[in-house]
Amino acid sequence: MSVNNQRSFFFNVDWLTVLLYLALCTIGWFNIHAAVFDEKHPSIIDASTNYGKQFIYINVSIVVAIVILLLESRFLTALAPAFYGITVLLLILVLVIGRNVGGNQAWINMGGGFRLQPSEFAKFSTCLLLARYLSSVNIKVTELRSFLIAAAIIGFPMLLIMLQPDTGSTLVFCSLIFVLYREGLSPYFLVVSGLLITLFVVTLLYNPLYVILVLVLLTALIIFLFKRQRKLIFTMLVGLAICVAFIFSVKFIYSHVLKPHQTERINILLGITTDLKGKGYNVNQSKIAIGSGKLWGKGYLHGTQTKYSFVPEQSTDFIFCTIGEEWGFAGSVVVLGLYLFLILRVIYLAERQRSPFSRIYGYGVASVLFFHVVINIGMTIGVVPVIGIPLPFISYGGSSLLSFTILLFILVKLDSNRMGIV
Amino acid sequence: MNKFFERRYVITGIFLVIMITLLGRLYYIQIVDDRYTLYANSNVRRIQIQYPSRGPILDRNGKILVQNVPIYDITVNPKEVKPFDTLEFCKLIGIDKEGFDKRLLKAIKYSPNKESIFEKQLPFELYASFQEKLTEFPGFYVQPRTVRTYPDSTAAQFLGFIGEVQDRDIMRSNGYYRPGDYIGVTGVEKSYEQILRGQRGVKIQMVDSRGIPKGSFANGAFDTLARPGERLTSSLDINLQKLGEKLMKNKLGSIVAIEPSSGEILCYVSSPTYDPNLMVGRERGNNASKLYNDPYNPFFIRPIQAYYPPGSSFKPLSALIAIQEGVITPETMYYCPGYYIAGNRRIPCFHGEVHGAVNLSKAVAESCNGYFDMVFEKLINRNGAKKTDTSFNYWRGNVAKFGLGTKLGLDMPNEGRGNLPRASYYDKVYHKGGWRSSTVISLGIGQGELLATPLQLANIEATIANRGFYYKPHLIKAIGDKQVIKHEYNVKNYVGVDSQYFKPVIDGMESVVDYGTAKGAKIPGIIMCGKTGTAQNRTGKDNSVFVAFAPRDNPKIAIAVVVENAGQGGTWAAPIASFIVEQYLKKSISQRPSGITPDYYINANLLPDLNIYLPERLKERRRDSIRSVRADSIRKVKADSIKKAAQLKTANNNKQSGLSALLAARRAGK
Repeated sequence: MSVNNQRSFFFNVDWLTVLLYLALCTIGWFNIHAAVFDEKHPSIIDASTNYGKQFIYINVSIVVAIVILLLESRFLTALAPAFYGITVLLLILVLVIGRNVGGNQAWINMGGGFRLQPSEFAKFSTCLLLARYLSSVNIKVTELRSFLIAAAIIGFPMLLIMLQPDTGSTLVFCSLIFVLYREGLSPYFLVVSGLLITLFVVTLLYNPLYVILVLVLLTALIIFLFKRQRKLIFTMLVGLAICVAFIFSVKFIYSHVLKPHQTERINILLGITTDLKGKGYNVNQSKIAIGSGKLWGKGYLHGTQTKYSFVPEQSTDFIFCTIGEEWGFAGSVVVLGLYLFLILRVIYLAERQRSPFSRIYGYGVASVLFFHVVINIGMTIGVVPVIGIPLPFISYGGSSLLSFTILLFILVKLDSNRMGIV
Repeated sequence: MNKFFERRYVITGIFLVIMITLLGRLYYIQIVDDRYTLYANSNVRRIQIQYPSRGPILDRNGKILVQNVPIYDITVNPKEVKPFDTLEFCKLIGIDKEGFDKRLLKAIKYSPNKESIFEKQLPFELYASFQEKLTEFPGFYVQPRTVRTYPDSTAAQFLGFIGEVQDRDIMRSNGYYRPGDYIGVTGVEKSYEQILRGQRGVKIQMVDSRGIPKGSFANGAFDTLARPGERLTSSLDINLQKLGEKLMKNKLGSIVAIEPSSGEILCYVSSPTYDPNLMVGRERGNNASKLYNDPYNPFFIRPIQAYYPPGSSFKPLSALIAIQEGVITPETMYYCPGYYIAGNRRIPCFHGEVHGAVNLSKAVAESCNGYFDMVFEKLINRNGAKKTDTSFNYWRGNVAKFGLGTKLGLDMPNEGRGNLPRASYYDKVYHKGGWRSSTVISLGIGQGELLATPLQLANIEATIANRGFYYKPHLIKAIGDKQVIKHEYNVKNYVGVDSQYFKPVIDGMESVVDYGTAKGAKIPGIIMCGKTGTAQNRTGKDNSVFVAFAPRDNPKIAIAVVVENAGQGGTWAAPIASFIVEQYLKKSISQRPSGITPDYYINANLLPDLNIYLPERLKERRRDSIRSVRADSIRKVKADSIKKAAQLKTANNNKQSGLSALLAARRAGK
C-alpha cells in the first residue's frame, strides 16, 4: 500500500457517519451510567461497574473500527463465505457448550467475565454473504432459484438462532426483505407480508367471522368495479382464499407455534389482557418512565423510575426508558433523529456505490439498524410486543456494540474505497 | 445504478413513516398524557402519616380527667419469620397457641411479605419483657402508639370514648380518616373531635421498586410535623363528680349542677355509670358488649337523654309565668280543701293533705297542687274557653323560654329536647276544640305530657338563681393553652320574667328547705332554695326529684337531682343534692341537724326490680332497633344506588375494556 493511497483513504472516509456513530455511543455510555448508577462507584470510568465496562467496550470497538478501515476491501468480499461459515459454526457450538442466561442458550463463555453472543455476529456475516451472492454475475432475485438460495442464506442462521431460542434475534433477519426488494423482489412480497401482519392483529382483536365478512365484501366490491378483467378476478379470489385460510390458522399459530410468554406479550400489547404486576410489568413501568419525562425530562441521574430500579433490564433492552425519563421528549427526538439520520445516510452511501456488492451490503446495514431501532423503542412505549433486542450502539453489552460497529464500519470501509475497483 | 433505483424512495418512505409514527406515540405519552407522571410519583413516593397525640382533658381546677399512655402494637412480616420458641412467645404476650396460629394466618392472608398488625395494644409491662427477647423472634416488630387513660375512672358519659372509624365516618370526612384511624364516638371525644385530634403530619419518602426507603422526598420540603391535639379544660369539678357518682351508686338517675353565673356544668352524673378505662385496651370488645347488655344501660346518658316528668319541681316556673302575666299577685290567696275541682275532675293534693288558705310563697313551700291548678286554669282560660288553644300556645311559648321542649345546645352529642306539647297535639288527640284547661290540668303541676331532661331542670334553677336569665350550659369552659372561650357562652338568655317577680317564689323555695318538703336536706350555714318533686312513673315507684340553688344571695350552684323509682323528692333526691351543694360551697360535709350522713345514701340500693324494669326496657329497645333497622335499610338502599351509578359510569368509560372482556370470554368459550 503506497503512501498516496493511505492519504486518499482517510480523505474518503464518510466522517458524518463516524460522527453519528460516536454520538450514539456516547449517549449510550452516559445513559447506562444513569441506569445502573451505583453510589459507591460514582465514576463513569470505574471498570467494576457496567458503565465502566461499556467505556472499555467503546474503546475496543473504536480500535476494531480502525482495523477494519485499514483492511483491504477485497479481503472482505473474498472472506464473506468464511465469515459466514465461522458464524454458523459458532451458532452450532453455542447450542452445545453455550451458557444459558434467562432461558436463552445464546452465550459462549470467553473467560475473564466476558461472554460472546454469536447471534450478534451472524448479522453482518449474513449481510456479507448475501451481498456477495446477489452481486454475482447472472444472479437475479426475480428468478426462483436465486431467490431460494438467497432465502436459504438468510434462513439458515435464523433456524439456528431459533433453536437457542432467541426470537428477537431471529426476527431481525426478516428485515433483510428490504434488501431483496431493493434488488428486484416483487413488491407483492412487501404488500403480502404487510397484509398478513395486519390480518394477524385484526383477527386477534375482532371476531374472525366479521373479518372474513369484511374481506368478502371488499373482494366483491373490487370484482364488481373491474368485472371485465378476468385475470384480476382470479387473483382476487385466490387471495381471498389464502386470507381466509390464514385467518383460521392464526388461532393455531397462536396456541401451538408461539410460546405462552410470547402470546402473553402480544395479548398485553393489544390490550386483550392487562397484568400490570406480572407479565405486563416491564412495559407498564417502561411507559411510566418515558411518559413521566414530559418535555425536558427529569435531568441526568434524576429519573426516579431509573434510579429506584422500577424498570428491569434497564441498561440493556430498556435503555430507552432512561433517555425518555431523564431527557424527556426533547432527548427522545434527538436520539430518534440521530438514528433516522444515520439510517438515511447509510441508504445514501449504499446508493452511491458503484459495485452491487457494496450497495447490497449497505441496504443490509440500513435494514438491520432500522429493525433494531423500531422494535426496541416501539417495545418500550408499548406499540410493539416485547422482543428482547438491543438498541444499536446505546444498549449495554460488548457483543452487540462490537457487532454493530463491525456491521457499520465494513460499509464505511467499502464506501471509502468506492472509487477503486473491487 | 440499476433499474430498481427508484425503489430506494419506497424504502426511505416506509422507514420515514414508521419512525414518524414512533415519534407521534412518544409525543402522546410524554407531552399529551399526564397520567404517567402521576403513576411515577405514586411509584416512588410513600406518604407516611405522622399521628399526633390526642389532646388531654382537665377538670376546672386543672386535674387530669383523661390523658394518653403509650401502648405497643406487635407487627409481623411473615416473610421474615423463622422458626422460634412459640411457647415462650405466647407466654410473653399472654395468648395461647391457637390464638397465635390464628393471628399469624391472618397476617399471611393480609400479605405474605408486608408488615401487618399481629397483636394490638400491649401494655407497658408486657412490652418490657417482650422487648428484651425481641431479637429471638425474627420478623416481629413493636410499634408504639398511645391510648386514652382515665386516672380517676370518672365522668364516663361526659368523656365518652374513641373507636376505630366506620366506613360512614370515612365517607363523611371526605377521606380525612383512613381505615384503622380512631375517632371520638361519644361524649366530648365526639363533640370536640376536631380540636382533640390535632393535626396529622406527613412524611414523604422515596422508595425503590422493592419498597426500600431511599431517603426523603425533596429533602423534606413537603413534610409536615404532626401537631398534637389541643388541651380542653372542662367545667367539671372532679371532686364533686366523684362524690355525685358515689352517691348515685346502685341507683338509676342523674345529677346535674350548674354554676349560674357562667352556665358551666360542675357535676354531670349519669347512673349507673362505668369505668371509662374499660373502653380502652385489649379487653375493650368484651367489656363493651357486657356494658351494652347491662339491663340498666350505662351507655344511656341520663342528664341529656332521659326524659322525666318534672312533677312539683315545675311549680316555681309556673308561678313566675303567672305573676309576669298578671293573672295572680304574690298576695293572691287560695283556700285549699285538699283537692281541686277542674271541670268534673277532682284532683287531690299530695296524700290528700289540706293546706287551708295559702299565698304564693306558702303554696310553693307546701307544694299545694290546688293552688297551681288554679293558676294554670287562670292562664289558659284568660281569653275564654273558646280560645283555649291560643292561650295554651301562649303559655307554652313562655315555658319554652326557660329551655323546656328544646335542645339547650349543650356541647355534647345526642342531647334530647324533652317534651312540651303544643295545642295542635291536643287538637289531634281530642279533635279541635274538644279540650279545655281542665283536660290538660296536670301540666300545671309538671305532670302529664310534660317531660324534661335533668339538664333542663338544672338550667331552670340556674335561671331562677340569676333572677331571669341563663347562660347556655356547657361542659368545656376553655380550649387550648390560650383558654379560648366560645362567644355563645357569654350571652345572657332572658326568659321574659322581670327580676322583681322572683322574690316571692324564691321565698317559697327557701321555705321548702327550711321547713317544707325538703327540710331533711337543710345545710347548716347555707341558705338553699329548692323544690321537691315526686313525679309519677309509668312503672314502679315514683321518681324522686329535687331542684335547688344555693346560697340564696349571689348563688354559686344550681342543681337538679333525679333518682328513678325511689319515691318522694324529699327523701332521696333532696339529701343527695344537699351533699353536693355543701361539698361544693364548703369543700367538706358537716354534721346535719337531721342526722343524715352521705354513707347512708351511698350504700342504699334503689335499683328497680328487673321483673318490672326489664320488659319496659326491652320494649323500648325493640322500638329503637326497629327504627335503626329501618334507617339502616334506607341507608343501604341509598349506598347501593350510588354504587350502581358509579359502576354504570365506569362501564361507560371503559368501553374498550368491556370489549376486550367480551373477547376474552369468547376465546375462553371456544
